[in-house]
Amino acid sequence: MQATSHAAHPAARQDTHHEAPGFWRSYVFSIDHKVIGIQYGLTALCFLLFGFFLMLMMRWQIAHPGEAIPLLGSFLQGLLGDVAANGIISPELYNSFGAMHGTIMVFLAIVPLAVGAYGNYLVPLQIGANDMAFPKLNMMSYQIYFLGGIIMFVSFFIPGGAAQSGWTSYPPLSMSVPTDGQTFWLIGMVFLITSSLLGSVNIITTVIQLRAPGLTWMRLPFFVWAQFTASFLLLLAFPPLEAAGVMQLMDKVAGTSFFLPTGLAVGGNLANISGGGSPLLWQHLFWFLAHPEVYVLILPAMGIISEIIANNTRKPLWGYKSLVYGALGIGFVSFLVWAHHMYLTGMGTHIATFFQTTTMIISIPSVIILTCLLMSLWGGSIRFNTPMLFALAFLPMFGIGGLTGLPLGFSVADIHLHDTYYVIGHFHYVVAPGTIFALFAGIYFWFPKLTGRYMNEYWGKIHFWTSLIFMNFVFMPMFVQGFSGMLRRMSDGAVQYSDLKVEGVTGALSSTVIGLNNFILWGAVGLGLAQIPFIINLFWSISHGEEAESDNPWNATTLDWQTPTPPPHGNFVTPPSVYRGPYEYSVPGTGRDFIPQDEPPAAR
Amino acid sequence: MDIPYTVEARPDTGVYNAKVGMWLFLASEVMLFGGLFSSYILLRVGAPAGTWPSGLLSVPLGTINTIILALSAITTLMAWVACKSRMFERFKLFQGLTILLAIIFLCVKSYEYRDKLTHYEVVLKSGEIADGHLIRREPSGDIVLHGHVVKEHAELMNGRKHVEHRELTIAKDQIVRMQNYGPWHNTFLAIYFTMSGLHALHILGGLVVMGYLWGPGSRMWKTDPDRFTNRVEVSGLFWHFVDLVWIFLFPTLYLI
Amino acid sequence: MSETSPDIFKAYTRKCGAVFAAVVCGTLLMVAASYAPIANHKIAIALVLTAAACNASVVAAYLMHLIGERKMIFTVLAFTVVFFIGLMGLSIWASQDIPTVVAPITR
Ligand code: HEM
Ligand SMILES: [Cu+2]
Repeated sequence: MQATSHAAHPAARQDTHHEAPGFWRSYVFSIDHKVIGIQYGLTALCFLLFGFFLMLMMRWQIAHPGEAIPLLGSFLQGLLGDVAANGIISPELYNSFGAMHGTIMVFLAIVPLAVGAYGNYLVPLQIGANDMAFPKLNMMSYQIYFLGGIIMFVSFFIPGGAAQSGWTSYPPLSMSVPTDGQTFWLIGMVFLITSSLLGSVNIITTVIQLRAPGLTWMRLPFFVWAQFTASFLLLLAFPPLEAAGVMQLMDKVAGTSFFLPTGLAVGGNLANISGGGSPLLWQHLFWFLAHPEVYVLILPAMGIISEIIANNTRKPLWGYKSLVYGALGIGFVSFLVWAHHMYLTGMGTHIATFFQTTTMIISIPSVIILTCLLMSLWGGSIRFNTPMLFALAFLPMFGIGGLTGLPLGFSVADIHLHDTYYVIGHFHYVVAPGTIFALFAGIYFWFPKLTGRYMNEYWGKIHFWTSLIFMNFVFMPMFVQGFSGMLRRMSDGAVQYSDLKVEGVTGALSSTVIGLNNFILWGAVGLGLAQIPFIINLFWSISHGEEAESDNPWNATTLDWQTPTPPPHGNFVTPPSVYRGPYEYSVPGTGRDFIPQDEPPAAR
Repeated sequence: MDIPYTVEARPDTGVYNAKVGMWLFLASEVMLFGGLFSSYILLRVGAPAGTWPSGLLSVPLGTINTIILALSAITTLMAWVACKSRMFERFKLFQGLTILLAIIFLCVKSYEYRDKLTHYEVVLKSGEIADGHLIRREPSGDIVLHGHVVKEHAELMNGRKHVEHRELTIAKDQIVRMQNYGPWHNTFLAIYFTMSGLHALHILGGLVVMGYLWGPGSRMWKTDPDRFTNRVEVSGLFWHFVDLVWIFLFPTLYLI
Repeated sequence: MSETSPDIFKAYTRKCGAVFAAVVCGTLLMVAASYAPIANHKIAIALVLTAAACNASVVAAYLMHLIGERKMIFTVLAFTVVFFIGLMGLSIWASQDIPTVVAPITR
């Protein structure tokens, strides 16, 4: 018998079982996981764009220190006042932009996109559930995230401006900068952390409890495994940072000295504090979160890529079990590597050896995952559509990012490379052409499920190729700059350490290295322009894109495609049962090149 | 549209949704307080010898509060057992007792806070230090303390050593610096206020939930007693965790 | 557990009484240990914390009925405990492992 659930469903069968709620209940205070997922997605995309603009202005300042920003300069001055006098970014403003760029990109853009949007929308669909386990909690976590975002955003406009001490907020620096922006940052972080905690409780419970009948653990799509692991990282790594955030907040508003050492002098004067605190304590608690956090950024991306690769090679993923154990291994070890960010804090050789060892160990599962995905391509009849192009580009880009991490993992090499542009190059290769490409791939891939229409392929390909080229223009030169010793977080782009300022001094940065700043600037501008086709394509295709032929236009196997389009409240017409693994593509002797998970075994 | 396993347990995992959710949340709470306890140890071990005060807090009050919280943990469990045995009146009684005990706990706690905030260390012109509770401020600016005078700050580090307290009047012009025992006073008090404050916030949160289940939330008893019982169980889990944290807070802050 | 049985209720009352007594004893033990004239401060601290740990396990085991809880919940808690120990142990180790020997400058 033909399976019933993946035939196209007439629209009339949707939404018949309950009266339609009003506008507010359906779009703003919705408890439907799909609406919440889209809310997360749109909000996070806005923050992504905003974070990108901050960075664009910073790149201008680095490449042309002391020159007014073209086009935006006077607008900026009007908005922010003296810190942008004459349209020039002052060092204080540069620091604010830098700190907020990092914070926004990590906590307000990528994580909410990768976990909030993708996790919310797809996890219940892929496991055959009708919603998340706790729908109201789900709505709350979005709202708390949104509030946290507002608090962060508003801090730009208070006297003194936004936080200036990097996304890492190391005290005592963060305590010494005279701005309440830091207080806003801390309160905002407490909101964002709380939101992530509620969200991860929800995702984990959903996966454990609401899997459809027959959907055993080893039949879960890899995407679900990735979300599951990432949620555990959020659940257990974030709370220590929440504790640290509360303590720094106490330092800021209640005059405690958790992170402030005895004898601290600020601006040449002894600070009026009780002292006795430890700045390194903050670093421990911060990196205890922030290293697992980088895997929260990358694991969902790997999940998305796996789905797209399996679908477009029309063959099962190579080494599904290795992928799953790889992800779990990454998750476990990522809690035990954090102090590789602290080699320069004067730590002893024993503890440094421990963290070097665990850091090398964690690269093993990363390599396993990458290898499995590469091997999956072997012998496939690959469909080169836009999602697949992004997915394919992810592999070498993530490879570059991961491999450049290895030298950083050794304390000897890291002493030279720490805090240089090399580090910036390393992690941006993982997050930008890595995770962001995966998120793009996912948008192109699941768009037909959300809307019933494809995004435009032609413009998609333009978006892909231009993004790929400009991404590399932006980030590849950073390795060169870093190797030459150019430090990060310098508002003049290190001109003061170059032979433009001090001629003939050995060790000064050459004008070529400094000149790369200008190259990167235009790379970044190009990257920005390359997103215009995407933004137009995204909105235009909602109503004008080519219509998808069926509910399952990519002929995919997982349950998310076996629903009506778009999935109605409650998702499935009849609750699905699962009879097979997630990637039964091109099974010999079946006459079709895919078998959906919910198709019962053929009667013999 | 109903979400499965809100009431009955899922056969293969053996638990219902809210219980999984609560245990996951508690796992994250373990890490939250784990971060704080780690900080406590790191700061204490890192403090130069003789600068970490001990015995600043009242052991009798701490002990009483420990026992109050333990008792409330018992009444919470009994409230759930009453639900399980379908004795709604008993549930009301035990849940009410829990709420009462929680309120008493908070009252004792705020008394302790007040006690610390009215306790002053006053550095005198002579170089000596007067230490004690502020009784009143004269209009002239002179202050009256109930306490004692020591030669050095280090003598104040052991609060258990018994010293004679008496009424001290200190002239305004003798005061060099004066600060109360708030979180800003030293690292121990900082961590005391932060950790016990965060704990008190948990009590407050638990109180709201318990109060809801005792009052308006108990209407669910009539429509869906099983689900209501689950709610009582899950909120009880949270409450026991809060008790558990206190069981460690008490010795670390009051005793050692 | 059968649904409507006052016997169950009574049994629980007895169990709760025992648990409460144990916790009170543990608490008093803690206080006593902290006042005991033990010369070595470290041993006193260890005693107090051991008593606290016993108290905590009684609460977790009986009041939170962890005894007899499902494997899945244990797994989650086991990982949490591992990471907790990792956080505490490694950060304190790091703060204690400070290089003391400085290499002589040879030039
Ligand atoms: C594959 C193995 C990886 C290794 C061995 C590795 C190693 C390192 C090391 C040792 C550092 C510290 C460098 C320094 O500050 O001197 C670092 C920084 C960083 N890594 Fe990685 N990494 C890896 C993968 C990743 C991934 C997957 C991501 C993110 C998705 C990532 C994101 C970051 C970030 C954001 C920083 C910079 C933090 C900062 O100082 O602001 N890394 N990496
Ligand atoms: Cu790291």
